[in-house]
Amino acid sequence: MIPTPAPGFTESSGTLESRPPLAQHPLPVLLGAEPCVCGRSAGPPPPRSCLPPRALHLPPLCLPTQGQNMSLSVLEGMGFRVGQALGERLSRETLAYREELDILKFLCKDLWMAVFQKQMDSLRTNHQGTYVLQDNSFPLLIRMASGLQYLEEAPKFLAFTCGLLRGTLCTLGVKSLVTASVAALPACKFQVVIQKS
Amino acid sequence: MSRPTHRRPEYRKINKDLFVLTYGALVAQLCKDYEKDEDVNKYLDKMGYGIGTRLVEDFLARSCVGRCHSYSEITDIIAQVAFKMYLGITPSVTCNNSSRNEFSLILDKNPLVEFVEELPAGRSSLCYCNLLCGIIRGALEMVHLAADVTFLQDRLKGDSVTEIGITFLKKPEEKKYRRKK
Repeated sequence: MIPTPAPGFTESSGTLESRPPLAQHPLPVLLGAEPCVCGRSAGPPPPRSCLPPRALHLPPLCLPTQGQNMSLSVLEGMGFRVGQALGERLSRETLAYREELDILKFLCKDLWMAVFQKQMDSLRTNHQGTYVLQDNSFPLLIRMASGLQYLEEAPKFLAFTCGLLRGTLCTLGVKSLVTASVAALPACKFQVVIQKS
Repeated sequence: MSRPTHRRPEYRKINKDLFVLTYGALVAQLCKDYEKDEDVNKYLDKMGYGIGTRLVEDFLARSCVGRCHSYSEITDIIAQVAFKMYLGITPSVTCNNSSRNEFSLILDKNPLVEFVEELPAGRSSLCYCNLLCGIIRGALEMVHLAADVTFLQDRLKGDSVTEIGITFLKKPEEKKYRRKK
């Protein structure tokens, strides 16, 4: 089984825009490593083995429940499967990407166009393996609300897409970690960190 | 309190591969979650029911079907209008009994199984497309028609065709039916 790192989601308020980069977290795949949704129960706990315990240095507020983490992880895993297959089918015409940047551009243009009928609004990078893809009107969020209403529901709609990105990158030969953050609906950012193996 | 909405094309299409692959990932995840095939089938039906209760609104808004006067008209509309609108296929309709309340939809092509070669080992009674049954059932219920919808035959299980059976649970009456799917 491919271990599926769960996406971490940030609910950053208007004033606190930046998130700590993933490298600072001791366990990059730790579920709930980012402060995110308020701890609302997602329903009966799923019949699965326990998740690894959270590190103690996490802020006490706004931690997701275990059930919620699990659902996000499951969604991300499903997105990963779909992304792997989509990556194969979409990139048939254009093979042999030379650079990481070309691959990320493919995600922003071709993948997003195929899946959401629009392109990503901006792509930024630190040229050291971290890319931030910004979508100002993410189609899965645009029908919900604008602004801060339903901010805590947003991760459910982003998890699958994070997996989609990660899966497509995997097919294209790039190991990565994808997380998403929402400051205000419907704009969201996907952070892709390339894993050097 | 309304927020400004973009003008969008009304009938947005989705990438077919994405749709089919996502459905497959959904079924695969359900198979991981539930050990018994019956449970997976039941859950797919339940999810489909939730979809159907909402989908019927979209269907009625987008299609121009008038009132239906018989179960066979209803089934024809499901096959020729609804399936065509949402899946791009037109199953053929047969009537299975003389009291005209049991019908079958014969699916020649099924886009949902495009990437499925065979059912996984140990899952021989999985109804892969059971979501469809739930959708039909939910949609019919929203227009006050109770029906049992199940797969009678399934190519994935080795049958020659894929057949969905719809059994309307009330006797047909003379009065006009509500405007329906």
